[in-house]
Amino acid sequence: MFHLFKNLKNVYKYRVLIQNLVSRELKARYRGTILGFLWSFFNPLLLMIVYTIVFGLIIRPRDPAFGGSPLMYALYLFCGVLPWTWFSSSSLESANVLMVQGNLIKKILFPVEILPIVVVTSNFVHFVFGLPILFLFAMIMLKKFTVYILFLPLVILVQFVFSLGFALIVSSLTVHFRDVKDILANLLTFWFFASPIIYTVKFESIQKHKWLQVMLDINPMTHIMQGYQNCVFFGEMIRWRRLGVTLLVSLVLFVIGYAIFDKLRDSFPEEV
Amino acid sequence: MVVIDVDNVTRIYQKYSTRHRFKTFKSSFVKGDLFKAIKPDELVTALDKVNFQVHEGTAFGVIGENGSGKSTLLKIITGIAKPTSGKVSVQGKVSALIELGAGFHPEISGRENVFINGIMLGLSKKEIIKKFDDIVRFAQLEDFIDAPVKTYSSGMYMRLGFSIAINVNPDILLIDEVLAVGDASFVPKCLDRIDDFRRRKKTILFVSHDLATVEKICDRVLWLKEGRMQMIAEPKRAIDAYLQDIAEMQEEDFEYRQKAIENAVEKEEEGEDRRQGRWGKKEIEITKVRMKNLEGKEKHVFSPDEGMDIEIDVVAKSRIKDFVFGIGIFNSQGISCYGTNTNSEEFKPLFIEGKGKIVCRLEKLNLINGTYYLDVAIHKIDGYPYDYHSNMYTFMISSLYKDVGVFRPEHSWSFSPAIKIKPAPPKKE
Repeated sequence: MFHLFKNLKNVYKYRVLIQNLVSRELKARYRGTILGFLWSFFNPLLLMIVYTIVFGLIIRPRDPAFGGSPLMYALYLFCGVLPWTWFSSSSLESANVLMVQGNLIKKILFPVEILPIVVVTSNFVHFVFGLPILFLFAMIMLKKFTVYILFLPLVILVQFVFSLGFALIVSSLTVHFRDVKDILANLLTFWFFASPIIYTVKFESIQKHKWLQVMLDINPMTHIMQGYQNCVFFGEMIRWRRLGVTLLVSLVLFVIGYAIFDKLRDSFPEEV
Repeated sequence: MVVIDVDNVTRIYQKYSTRHRFKTFKSSFVKGDLFKAIKPDELVTALDKVNFQVHEGTAFGVIGENGSGKSTLLKIITGIAKPTSGKVSVQGKVSALIELGAGFHPEISGRENVFINGIMLGLSKKEIIKKFDDIVRFAQLEDFIDAPVKTYSSGMYMRLGFSIAINVNPDILLIDEVLAVGDASFVPKCLDRIDDFRRRKKTILFVSHDLATVEKICDRVLWLKEGRMQMIAEPKRAIDAYLQDIAEMQEEDFEYRQKAIENAVEKEEEGEDRRQGRWGKKEIEITKVRMKNLEGKEKHVFSPDEGMDIEIDVVAKSRIKDFVFGIGIFNSQGISCYGTNTNSEEFKPLFIEGKGKIVCRLEKLNLINGTYYLDVAIHKIDGYPYDYHSNMYTFMISSLYKDVGVFRPEHSWSFSPAIKIKPAPPKKE
C-alpha cells in the first residue's frame, strides 16, 4: 500500500505530462482528416443511425422490456455500446502501449504507468464526445429528459477505476506474454456478450435460469452497464448497493493491477 | 564534491528465449502461477563490479567497444535501469542525451513535441515557454516548427532533440554517442554548448566511439571491456591502452587473413580479389615476408607515426647476377601509395647465391587510416619476374587523425596576426 501512495504521488507530479500526452493522442488521431475533431461526434452518430435503420426497420424486435418499440431497442443498444467501446478500446490499446512506446521506456526516465493511464483517459475523452449524441437521441426518442442523468458521473467514475486497473494488468503482462493480446481480443468478444448490452437482465429467458443471473451478477461490467442504462434509458435511480460493491471491486482490481505493474516495472526497459 | 558515485555496480541481464517462455506459459496455467514463468534461462553480465566517482565540474569519458556495457552504465545512472547489485547515487538534475527525440510523435508539430519532450525531461510548462525561442533557434528550425515532425529530416529531428535536452539546463549532462549523426555545421555548435557547460562548472559524462572528441573534452576516462573496468586514467593513457587492445585483437584477425591469402595463393586458386597472386619461375624465391615495427616486433596494425621494417627472406637456386628487389604499397581501393625498387634507386646487382635476407626500412609510414596491401617482388632489370607476390600481405593504419587522402605529409600551420583562429586545445599528456 505504501508503494501505491508513493507511486500515485509520483504520477500526480507528472499530471501535466498526462494532460499533454492525452491531447497529443487526440490531435494525432485526426491529424490530416478534413473533419478533424468532428469525427468524434460523427462516429457515434453514424453508429446510432445504423442501429436505428437495422433495428427500427429490418429486425424490429418487440420486447416488452423496451416498451415493445424497435426504435427504443436501438437506443438501448447504443446506451451500452458507447461505454463498452471505451472499455474495450482502452484494454486493447493498453495491451500494445508499452511495446509501441518501447523506445520511450528505454530512453527516458518517467513513471511508465502514465502510458496506460493516457490510453484510458484519451479513450475516455472520445467516450465523452459521444455522450451528446446519446443524450440527443434519448431526448428525441424518450421525449423527456430524466434527472437521473445527473448520476451518470458516478457510473463513469466506477468504469474509469475498473478500466485503469484492467489496463495496468493487461499492459504489464503483455510485455512478458505477447499471447495476452490475442487472448484479450477473444475475451473481450466473450465479455461483450456476457454483459447486458444487447439484452437486459429483465428478459424472461434470463429470469428463468438462476445460473445465468449469478453469472451476470459476478460480472462487474453488468452493474456498470446497468448504471448507464438506468441513468439514461430507463430513467431510474442507480442501484446504490450494486454499484457500490462494483466500485469496491474496481478499487481492488486497481490496487492489484498497480501491484503487478510495479512488480514487473523493472523488466520493461529490457523486454519491450 | 562527488556528484556521481557508482559503487560496485553489477548489472546482470536476463535472456528469455521465446520457446522457453511459451512452454512455461502453458505450464503456468496448469500450475496457476504466472510469475513463475517470468524466470530467465540465461544470464548475461553487462556490468561487473564497476566503481567510480565523478566530481563536480569535471568531464568523465567512457570508452569501449560495442557491447562493453557503456549504454547500460548510462541507463543505470539515469535510473532507467536498476543495478542488480551495488549502488548509484547522483546529486543534482540530470539530463540525458541518450537518444535524441525519443518520444517525438510523428503526426504532431515540432512545437507540440517540444512541450511534451520538455515536460518528460523535467521542465515545467512555464520554463518551456520561456526557453522555447532559444530551443527553436538553436535547432535552426524557425521555419518548420509548426510542421508535423514526420516531415523532418533525420538531421532536423536530431537537432530538435539535442536542443531540447541541452536547454533543460541540468547539473549533470549525460551524452551517449549522439553527436555521430549531426552534420558538419551542427556538431561544432553542440561541442560549443558542451564546452560552455564545462566552463559553468557543470558535470559531464560522455560516452563515445569518437576518441578524438573524448580526448578533447574529458578530464578522466574509464575504459570498459566486456562490462569490466579496464582502466580509469587521464584520457591519453586510457585511449592509448584501449587502442593498443583493439590493435592486438585486429592483429589476430590480420594473421588469420594473411594465412588465408597465402593458402589461396599456394593452391593457385584465384582469390576473391584478382589482384592477389604470385607468379614467376622462382629462380630466386621469396620464402617469407614479415612486417615489423622499428623495435623489431612483428605486427599488422600500425600508427601513422610509426615506422616499418619489411623483412624479406629469399633463396636463390643458383648464382644469379641480374636481380632487382621491389616493394609497393596499395590502399584498399587499389591505388598505389608508394612503390620503389633497388634498380630505380640505382643499386647495382653483383650476385646472389643461396639464402639471403633483405630489410627495407620505412622510417615513418605517414599514411592515413585504412587497410593497405603490400607487393614484394624480385625480378630482372628488364622486368622478367623471378618471384612476384602481389597484394599478398596486408596491414592496417589506425590513427586518431581525421585527415583524408592517400598520404599524410608531416605538416604544421601558421597564421599571420590578422587572422584570429583558435588552435586545438593542447593534448593532455
